[in-house]
Amino acid sequence: MGGFSAWLRRQRLAVGTSLLILIAAYVFYFVNQAVATSMFSNAWFFAVPLVLGALTGVVGERSGVVNIGIEGQMLTAAFAAFFTAAATKSLVTGVAAGILAGVAMGAFLAWTTVTARMDQIIAGVVINIIATGITSFFYKSGAQLPANMPQWNLPLLSSIPLIGDTFFHTGPIALFALLVVPVLHFALFRTRWGLRTRAIGEYPSAADTAGINVNRMRFVNVVLAGILAGAAGTYLSMEATSSFGRGITAGRGFLALAIMIFGAWRPLRVVTAAMFFGFANALASQLQGVVHTPQQFITLLPYVLTLVVLAAAAGRVRAPAAEGVPFVKGEGS
Amino acid sequence: MTEATSTHTAPRARRASTGERLLDITGLSKSYDTVHANTDITLHVERGEIVALLGENGAGKSTLVKQIFGLTRPDEGRIVIKGDDTPIKDPKDAIRRGIGMVHQHFQLVPVMTVAENLILGHEPVRGGVRLDLEGARAMVRELSDKHGLAVDPDAKIEDLPVGTQQRVEILKALSRKVDLLILDEPTAVLTPQETDELLGVMSELAAGGTAIVFITHKLREVLAVADRVYVLRQGKVVGKVHTDETDARGLATMMVGRDVVLRVDKEPATPGEGVLSIRDLVVRDDRHLTAVDGFSIDVRAGEIVGVAGVEGNGQRELVEAIAGMRPPVSGTIRLGDKDITRSNAFDTNAAGVGHIPEDRERHGLVATYSISDNLVLNCFDDEPYSRHWIRNTGAIREHATALREEFDIRSASIDAMAGSLSGGNKQKIVVAREMAARPRLLVAAQPTRGVDVGSIELIHRRIVEARDSGAAVLIVSAELDEVLSLADRVAVIHAGKVVAELPGDQIDRTEIGRLMAGERRAGRRLGVPPRSVDRSTDLMEKLNDNS
Amino acid sequence: MRNPTPPPTLRETVSGAEAPTPSPPVVAERGAPAPPRGVLGLLVREQSILVPLIALVAAFLVGALLIRSQGVNPTYAYKSLFSYALFGGSGLTATLQKMVPLVLCGLAVTIPLRVGLLNIGGQGQFMVGAIGAAAAAYALRSAPGVLTIVVTMVIGVLAGSMWASIAGLLKATRGVHEVISTIMLNSIASGLIDWLLNGPLADREVPYPASHAVADSAQLPPFGFVPIGLPIALVLAVATAWVLRRTTLGFRFETVGRNKHAAAYAGISIRATTVLAMGIAGACAGLSGAIELFEVDPYRYQDGIAGNLGFDGITIALLARGNPLGTIPAALLVAAMRAGAPHLGFDTGLRPEIVDMLLAITLLFVSLPLVARLIFRRHTAKGNELASSWGA
Repeated sequence: MGGFSAWLRRQRLAVGTSLLILIAAYVFYFVNQAVATSMFSNAWFFAVPLVLGALTGVVGERSGVVNIGIEGQMLTAAFAAFFTAAATKSLVTGVAAGILAGVAMGAFLAWTTVTARMDQIIAGVVINIIATGITSFFYKSGAQLPANMPQWNLPLLSSIPLIGDTFFHTGPIALFALLVVPVLHFALFRTRWGLRTRAIGEYPSAADTAGINVNRMRFVNVVLAGILAGAAGTYLSMEATSSFGRGITAGRGFLALAIMIFGAWRPLRVVTAAMFFGFANALASQLQGVVHTPQQFITLLPYVLTLVVLAAAAGRVRAPAAEGVPFVKGEGS
Repeated sequence: MTEATSTHTAPRARRASTGERLLDITGLSKSYDTVHANTDITLHVERGEIVALLGENGAGKSTLVKQIFGLTRPDEGRIVIKGDDTPIKDPKDAIRRGIGMVHQHFQLVPVMTVAENLILGHEPVRGGVRLDLEGARAMVRELSDKHGLAVDPDAKIEDLPVGTQQRVEILKALSRKVDLLILDEPTAVLTPQETDELLGVMSELAAGGTAIVFITHKLREVLAVADRVYVLRQGKVVGKVHTDETDARGLATMMVGRDVVLRVDKEPATPGEGVLSIRDLVVRDDRHLTAVDGFSIDVRAGEIVGVAGVEGNGQRELVEAIAGMRPPVSGTIRLGDKDITRSNAFDTNAAGVGHIPEDRERHGLVATYSISDNLVLNCFDDEPYSRHWIRNTGAIREHATALREEFDIRSASIDAMAGSLSGGNKQKIVVAREMAARPRLLVAAQPTRGVDVGSIELIHRRIVEARDSGAAVLIVSAELDEVLSLADRVAVIHAGKVVAELPGDQIDRTEIGRLMAGERRAGRRLGVPPRSVDRSTDLMEKLNDNS
Repeated sequence: MRNPTPPPTLRETVSGAEAPTPSPPVVAERGAPAPPRGVLGLLVREQSILVPLIALVAAFLVGALLIRSQGVNPTYAYKSLFSYALFGGSGLTATLQKMVPLVLCGLAVTIPLRVGLLNIGGQGQFMVGAIGAAAAAYALRSAPGVLTIVVTMVIGVLAGSMWASIAGLLKATRGVHEVISTIMLNSIASGLIDWLLNGPLADREVPYPASHAVADSAQLPPFGFVPIGLPIALVLAVATAWVLRRTTLGFRFETVGRNKHAAAYAGISIRATTVLAMGIAGACAGLSGAIELFEVDPYRYQDGIAGNLGFDGITIALLARGNPLGTIPAALLVAAMRAGAPHLGFDTGLRPEIVDMLLAITLLFVSLPLVARLIFRRHTAKGNELASSWGA
């Protein structure tokens, strides 16, 4: 595959760093198997909703729509999934409800920003507030999931030491997250849809004159991205835990944004960035056993890390040029 | 490719009419709110013809072609393409019916490659889903060879020089089957040589049967290559002639509606002491590439120095560096005996530098402020407009009323929002504000871009007046005619350096065109300012008698 | 700078018909010039009070549907809510007490809004101000009441200001978008304070995490109906409006908010303005935190003291169309709803969270430009937007 080696050459910095990290991880593995495995698992466990949330942002922003409301999407999805599953005693319906909730909020965002041309940042804030309002208002205590989510085990792959257990012996949503990354990468850079999506996010006027319906594509993309946010929320209340509390998202929607920026709006880098956050979290938890730090400081770590990461990424990454600006036909030229 | 010769001076011999009308427009009208952009326009274009749409800024030319290309819909009237009078739905529809367009602001995605841009909207795929980039590259090379416009399929648009970008834009239009090609102000950013090349391409296309409609405000081009001209003014067609029946003066009169003599009356300059002194200035642009590369120049009090050059050769970064908006990498800028190289915008302003920015919407005005607030943007912190940090609205209003009178800023009142004014009036606000501060040095970048002729006259007059009151003036403009008519001395900029300095009265247009394109001039470098020679630069003469 | 009258509908025609031609920029860049970056375009231009009023009515209508769906008569519910909040003795006191931090937190959003920043960090800034005040009050517990109050308010102001300035600095120097940074800072504040309340600042005699109560001499219950902080808040709101309109500082803020590039060209430092705006915003929020401690039973910092102030502040700022004077009536409305919520619950059986929903819907309607377009049938201002990209 000539194309692959050319790609490798171009991305050598990113690939090199990832390889180094993997090597370090395996070295650690041989030193202390149990700790290494558990850290890896914890890292991915923490990273799954972040990856899904960040990819929601990526699809939206690549199309030109800034989505601050990922947190709200995740919260609504977590709520819908949990309570539907509890009410219908069916996990599958729960998952479906969660994803639908994400899509519905996505449609809402799409309508307010693309159709009604509202300020995208405020639209996102509104979504978050509405999500908090809805979930508080309709919350009932005492609901329970009918069962736990299954743990799937991919036959050959899950036997790979260290990463096998982490990535291939998990619940369906985590597996979905893993799968979505390469699929989205391919879609974004190697398909017609991807080329057009990038065009409408960078310079929509050119896409418009090429005959592409910019606003319709933006609308559809944002709605579809809601699937990913919905999955993230569902994961939180059904797979990662089996409960719903009002603070279940705990700012993950915003961590996802930082990861999206850190990952330069590229799916493969996003997953790396998410793992980085996951590792930081896992490491901090491990250290707590060694050095006594208040529990709160551990929980704070991802937020502080977000600030650090964003400050570092400034000026180094370039956002899709036309994001944040509603597209009006005929005003481009 | 046609060479850069002077074959395009004499008007072309009249083509025999083929009779086949590709485009037939009757009674077209279009309004935006209360502005009548097009009123009752009737015109036609035949196969193989080159038709020019001539008019000054705001005459309605762009609106007209937008409707032909399906970017917007007419309010009234018919557009008939090859006999089919179905309304044009959108650009895709127009393209399907054989119309191509080369936009003034290129419709190219900067971060994507040439190939990606060319296939956008009709991408070749393999296996139903996967983009066929190899096929795309092949297509680009094929097109490139066919029309003799060389481009690299894998180059990113943002890395390409503007002339090449335009080639891509043209190829994009030609990649579909095109019967009628529209070009919107195609030569705005080209050197005279590149312009000639482009005009050659247009002639070839027309000879091959493609009809061409091109928008311009440059009389020279119209006479050089068009068969017929439609002159637009205030949204109406005020003249339609064959180019062999008219001349530059005739066209200009139709364009403006009155007998116009595009000349700036000025006395010879009497320069005083040196005010601005730039040595070896190096400035980087937004992408950290060197834009100004060792630029040196002197401007004295009481003289106008014009910097001529094709846009994109560092002019913007140069002006921003002088005005304190962009820190240079190295070199010095001195104002009198004060070093202002590292001064910021505030200090530069305080030192006595007035700056008319290139992009008035972005830098020059706050659209939602009133005219009076815009007029104090450079002095709101000073007495009498404020005292002890409290603003003195009375003084501000007085100031505004006076300036509005002096500069003929047309608006309902000084409280009108600046954003609601026309381009010319907006520019007058900026000019008024900068001149009111009586700067030692006035730096004007593209001072009359997008401005109506009446305002151009006023602004030019004021610039000369400023010079006569002792200010040093530096004009940076892509409009060669403006530079030539205003400047006492002309410096030609290319690739961020001064490649020649010429006295204002000894300019040969071809010569300057070659310098602007970067061709070296053997030996001579004239840096001698003009002595007192009585001359009024008559633009019309220049247009008529040079190549 | 006067609030501009609506633009004349007739375009100026000079010697040539000037159709709206954007000044063509360097062609190598993208098309039209950068649209004027302002503070919520139509919010600035359409200073009419009609827009938020209609939005409110629409929101209350939708809210009525929601109430009806819970089996309660909406008219009765609204009457119950507002009559308690505005006309009852204890109700009115509660409303006015809640109004104080709401006005101040509304200002904390409004002031950066004028500069083009969206400060979501009111919550965290309030909390930091309050905890700083609590700590200082405890340290000064044997000092005379007046001294305690003054010093502690200053500490509250400084703490809140410092907290907000972190976001301001991150934005000014590294371009970190203030929405994310302020939200992160909210969470960080929450976590830190949680630790403080269970650790160094804890009052062990109380069964829940809380700081020590402010000394008796420093407690300031309301004077009749009127909380001591209310005049402070009102004065600050008026002062803010005056400063924005009539001082050069205000002119700088406004200019940066409406067109960053023109501001830079005019020599105004965007960075300094950003940090200053955030700092002042944080000061307002921090002040309200300190005041809360002195004014409201039980005069100590405990969980939930901040309530929903952050988001309410945003709602208020948008209801007020970015006008500091407008925060007063807007805060009164929100305060009434919040104060009346428990009573509403007793009276009708509706969950108090219904008010959360009502306010969320209000926020939604207030921020939809569609609403304005319906009224004015005008092409809404394009381009006046908050910083909407990460690199900006």
